[in-house]
Amino acid sequence: MTQRLRTSGRRSGDAGPTDSTELLREALPNNKAPLGCYFHGVLPLKHMESQEEKPVIYTMENKPIVTCAGDQGLFTSLYTSLAQQLPREPMEWRRTYGRAPKMIHLEANFVQFKEELLPKEGNKALLTFPFLHIYWTDCCDTETYKSSVKEDMMRWQNTLRSHSSADWVIIVVESNETKKKNKPNILPRSSIVDKIRSDFCNKQNDRCVVLSDPLKDSSRSLESWNALLLKLRTLLLMSFTKNLGRFEDDMRTLREKRTQPGWSFCEYFMVQEELAFVFEMLQQFEDALVQYDELDALFTQYVLNFGAGDTANWLGSFCAPVRNWSGLLLRRPIDMEKRDSIQRGEASLLDLRSYLFSRQCTLLIFLQRPWEVTQRALELLHNCVQELRLLEVSVIDGALDCWVFLSCLEVLHRIEGCCDPAQLAANCSHTVGLWAYATDKLKCLGELCGLVSKNGPTSEDLNRTVDLLAGLGDERPETVNSLQSPYKKLKEALSSVEAFERHYLELSHAAMEMYQAIGRLRSARLVGKSLAEFYMRKGDPVRAEPFMKEALKSYESEGWRLPVTHTRRQIAECQKLLGRTEDYLRTSALLAGDVNLSTEERKHFCQEILSFAGRSGNPSHKVSLCMNVFAQLTRLQFRPATASVHSGAVLQVELTLRCLMPVPVCIQQLAASIHFDVDHGGTHGRSKGATRQTNQGTIEFKPGTSSAGPNSSTTAGPTLEMDEIQDRSPSDNSLSSVGVVCKNTHLIIRRRENGSPPETPNCVSPPTVAMKEGGQMLKVQNVKLEPGNNSITFTAPSGQPGTYTLRQLCATVGEVQFVLSPIYPSVRYEVYSQEPQLTVEPLSEPLLAGMPQLVKFTLLTGHYTVKKGDALQLSNTETMPILPSSSCTARISSPDAELVGESTLSIQSSEKVTSISLPPTLPYQVLEFQLEVLCIIPSGSERPANERLTNGEVRHRPRSYSHPDTPMTAIDQRMSIDCPWSIYSTLLALTFYIPFKTKHSLLSSGNRKYIQVCVQNVSDMNFTLTDMKLTEKQHSSLELQSLNTKTNQLLCSKHSVFCLWEVRWKDDLPSCLQCVFSANFCPLNQDASAFKPFHYQFQLERVTTLYSVRAEILPPPGEQHCRSGLVCGLEVCITRLTEPSEGEIAEDSKTDTDGLKNAKLMYEVADSSSNWAVCGKSSGMVLMPLKANATHKVQIEVMPLFAGHLPFPKIKVLKYLPHNAAAAIQPDPGKVPLRVKMIFFFFLLFSSFTCRIFVSISLISAAPLRLFTASFCVFSSCRPQTAV
Amino acid sequence: MKCFNYPLYIRSVPSQNELKFHYTVHTSLDVVEEKVSAVGKSIGDQRELYLGLLYPTEDYKVYGYVTNSKVKFVIVVDSSNTSLRDNEIRSMFRKLHNSFTDVMCNPFYNPGDPIQSKAFNGIVSGMMVQTG
Repeated sequence: MTQRLRTSGRRSGDAGPTDSTELLREALPNNKAPLGCYFHGVLPLKHMESQEEKPVIYTMENKPIVTCAGDQGLFTSLYTSLAQQLPREPMEWRRTYGRAPKMIHLEANFVQFKEELLPKEGNKALLTFPFLHIYWTDCCDTETYKSSVKEDMMRWQNTLRSHSSADWVIIVVESNETKKKNKPNILPRSSIVDKIRSDFCNKQNDRCVVLSDPLKDSSRSLESWNALLLKLRTLLLMSFTKNLGRFEDDMRTLREKRTQPGWSFCEYFMVQEELAFVFEMLQQFEDALVQYDELDALFTQYVLNFGAGDTANWLGSFCAPVRNWSGLLLRRPIDMEKRDSIQRGEASLLDLRSYLFSRQCTLLIFLQRPWEVTQRALELLHNCVQELRLLEVSVIDGALDCWVFLSCLEVLHRIEGCCDPAQLAANCSHTVGLWAYATDKLKCLGELCGLVSKNGPTSEDLNRTVDLLAGLGDERPETVNSLQSPYKKLKEALSSVEAFERHYLELSHAAMEMYQAIGRLRSARLVGKSLAEFYMRKGDPVRAEPFMKEALKSYESEGWRLPVTHTRRQIAECQKLLGRTEDYLRTSALLAGDVNLSTEERKHFCQEILSFAGRSGNPSHKVSLCMNVFAQLTRLQFRPATASVHSGAVLQVELTLRCLMPVPVCIQQLAASIHFDVDHGGTHGRSKGATRQTNQGTIEFKPGTSSAGPNSSTTAGPTLEMDEIQDRSPSDNSLSSVGVVCKNTHLIIRRRENGSPPETPNCVSPPTVAMKEGGQMLKVQNVKLEPGNNSITFTAPSGQPGTYTLRQLCATVGEVQFVLSPIYPSVRYEVYSQEPQLTVEPLSEPLLAGMPQLVKFTLLTGHYTVKKGDALQLSNTETMPILPSSSCTARISSPDAELVGESTLSIQSSEKVTSISLPPTLPYQVLEFQLEVLCIIPSGSERPANERLTNGEVRHRPRSYSHPDTPMTAIDQRMSIDCPWSIYSTLLALTFYIPFKTKHSLLSSGNRKYIQVCVQNVSDMNFTLTDMKLTEKQHSSLELQSLNTKTNQLLCSKHSVFCLWEVRWKDDLPSCLQCVFSANFCPLNQDASAFKPFHYQFQLERVTTLYSVRAEILPPPGEQHCRSGLVCGLEVCITRLTEPSEGEIAEDSKTDTDGLKNAKLMYEVADSSSNWAVCGKSSGMVLMPLKANATHKVQIEVMPLFAGHLPFPKIKVLKYLPHNAAAAIQPDPGKVPLRVKMIFFFFLLFSSFTCRIFVSISLISAAPLRLFTASFCVFSSCRPQTAV
Repeated sequence: MKCFNYPLYIRSVPSQNELKFHYTVHTSLDVVEEKVSAVGKSIGDQRELYLGLLYPTEDYKVYGYVTNSKVKFVIVVDSSNTSLRDNEIRSMFRKLHNSFTDVMCNPFYNPGDPIQSKAFNGIVSGMMVQTG
């Protein structure tokens, strides 16, 4: 491609057809004349730093070239309307290769036809390619046509044909004026046209167009114009399609040759760019951009292939050392300088990339996609740096930084140039990357050129600066006059320390503000941190600190350990420079314990603290630091584990501290402050002590999250610390309420200050670590803490009873205090004071009454010291004597059940009091001894008068009652003991159980009476029973004859022994008997001396028999035997045996008419076992006279239902109660059964069926009356069945 | 939902420049959040987990991936490593995500703790060796 063909730049506002010579003159690499400008719908520029520079958006003022031959005067006259009207209507352009058709406005650059314009063979230039050739003529007379015009046309055609150009058209202009001028030999216009058509348009009649009256304003003229324009457009498009298609084909062919040696990227670049130019010319920017993107991708691929070892020869030119780093140039539509160097194959990589990007940028801005420019720019800059590295192009230090810096600013300026400020502000997310990149690069340059140091640049630095500036070259003409251009900025920034600082700060702040505006706070902080580093290097820690702190806060809150450590180290440096001793020490402490640092560094920071601590300064002012960073409390252990001791006892607290320092640290004093609470209520304290025991006296502290760990726990808040509370009633220790309390509400319901971040575990915000003075302290002096776990033991004060809570821990190293506050979870121990306590309990359960039993006395001395001569005074009771024993030893033991000593007790008994003298015993020890006591079994209903005890109290008779847990009857035996430590007597109760249950019964047989005593052993022991005796107290005439054969009776557990006596009397049987049953018992297999007496008193009333009942069953008359199914007769005979007694008469006031007193009796015969059917009347009432031997017979019909031995049917005899008595007792006053005891003596004779029943009825008590009947037994069955 | 941005796992090979990567990854969270919130507004549930290139730097490319439970993965690769295209990065993230799910399924793993799983470590090492 020749230089000449590249010369199609045009001024704006064409005045007329351009002379092609003029076109030739406009060869323009350094054309001073401003290039034409037009607006492609791009926003007009509002702001440009230099208003004197007119051009805003530069582009080539190119239009497709159309040549004009023939009558130049005619064309000139029509040119304006033609140029105006051609682009007015869009045409649809159908594309090859399946590309979508486009509507296109066609414009044209009309130039006079010259042969030189026609491309020579092999020339592939497209931009200067004449797409259409027009021949203009207004010839209307044949002569002229034949003489000159035809010839001219012929020449024109030949020229075209020789260049094989087929895109031509002949326009014949016809006007009335011309017609009028040449009156005589006027041929019809059509004839000329026909002639031309026949001469030239061989079968292509459309190549000749008639334009009628072009300068008239008539409808005909308009019509012909439209036809002409349509024709021109169609022809132009046809030409485009044909020529561009051919061009593209050639280009592809060329591209396919890229693997061949000698292929040059630069050549190909020019070819494809030609296509891009044409598209741009046609305002098809999208298509144009595609061409450049393809070139970009192709080049990128070559570079990558180069990296992979596949070298192309042509790439060599791009590997030349970079000598110029003047940055992107985006102010020109085409950077001809760079384009030329590419064309010559001399371009460097940066040149090529810059040029390519500037073209892409221009097109993108035409396409109104400025934000894509910024994005692509960032990619380009990164990519270029990478590519240079990949190609191993030698670049001097800082050159690329310059290039990137300038380029960034250039892109930003360019974008600012085409957007209004509001748009810019809204889209700073797109530009901020460039700002940050520029900032970064400027910083690098500053460091390189010694502009960041305190002392300013050295001569070496200056030399480097000069070299760098040399590579920038001269400022471009576009910006020479502007006050602020990237070039000027860089030059100025590198010129002096102050200027650099100004520019750097400006950029940094701009980048930070933008990041903040779009919410990229982390990025903003990183820029801030970089700024802080700059300040530090400048020796300005004051300004550096806030940025660092801001950054650190962010890393801490998000738990990024390495950045935290790094930033913190920088802060330490800063604080040291600032002389903030306290802050510096705090940071140093954090760093000394930071595992992310090397041991050397940690030692350094530790040493910093220690050397400060060792300094002798003002002793009143100590620096307090948070202990967590220095050492962690991991475990706390109480000894004893209950954490509850009596006052004065030794309590040790063992702390496990994990020291985080890298070297051993000597601590002058380790102190734990204690909060003391006086305890209320001893029981409360003891219950708490019990809960302590569950954790074995050891409190594990959660391993603190190391210095920068994720602090999710702090954001979630502290965990709830719950405790159970029990409220017991003070009188009987019964539970009255139970609840759960939260112990750390003050931590949980704490109000968070707005905006302040949650407190981090690494104590960055200076915690309030003031050590409270004054309280009680646990102290240890001179401890050496080794790295790792250390165990420290305190002896805790235990003077006063109460609760002691450990609050703070404070380690003092010289001037430095490490304070842990508060200790959490809270740790407390208790000191209690106990009253002496005496308990008496059975040695073995249950205590049995009637036998010697051992009881254990336990004395907890509490705070009382038992002195020599102290004695316990037991009031004696008759019901429970204390049995003297020869050897009674007391055991003294410590609270841990460790035996301390033993000694013999001396026990003296007087009449009223038993005195036990105690051995001397120390406080809080346990004294134990055993005594043997005997509880005498009460013998029934005997009730002696109340007695008084020695202390004047009314003696309570031991009351027996039945215990729900055991069948044994229990007796509560109270003891009253006077103790030396109290003026009040101690009252204690022991529960004894009676091992026996005794029952008695009166048995009658006719007139004879028997007394039966049943002794039931309800205990778990086996006994031997001897000497069972029954005596009657009042009636000496009465004789009780024992029917018992054995004197010694074994009475096993849960078994009974029955004893029977017959009552014999001489005159009269007394109606009331006072009996005493006595026996001796001892546990089985014990010798006779162990026998203890047992008494049982009882009273029998109404002993005498009132009535006898006889029953007889007789076979029916005429029958010998009773047969089943036959009705037999039952004769019941009731006979009164005794005269009425006094009480009885009074009771039954019923008087008969004859003066005799009668008793109303009711009888009833019933057979429940269905042996008998009672026929007819089964019950009735009889009136019995109250007279001895009064008899009443009743006949009843019964029928045996079975054959065989049948028991008698049941005969019940009942006595009526008087009205008044019955009303009180039973709801039915009618009849009440007598309490009847019957002993059957009956024999059943099969042959005769004669049977007698003797029933003796004794009225034992009037009410309630129960009926005992026996249905079937043979002789002396003593087990009556209960019927009602 | 509040997102925590503390690191569960960081690995860098080679380790000499680790600090720089920590800073880079931390800063990339800005873009991750930006992208996640932008997506959240428009579509909602059906979200592409892969966020693509978060931002390029001169030396590194930073890619992001966010699980539905807002666990973020960030991969930083050397810019000069041209063998890693979008698809490779995508599959790396998918592999990471699978392995991460396995870690979470471990009943002994306490969610929120730094990951110390050997299996996970192995997967990561494998990827790093492979990418060279």
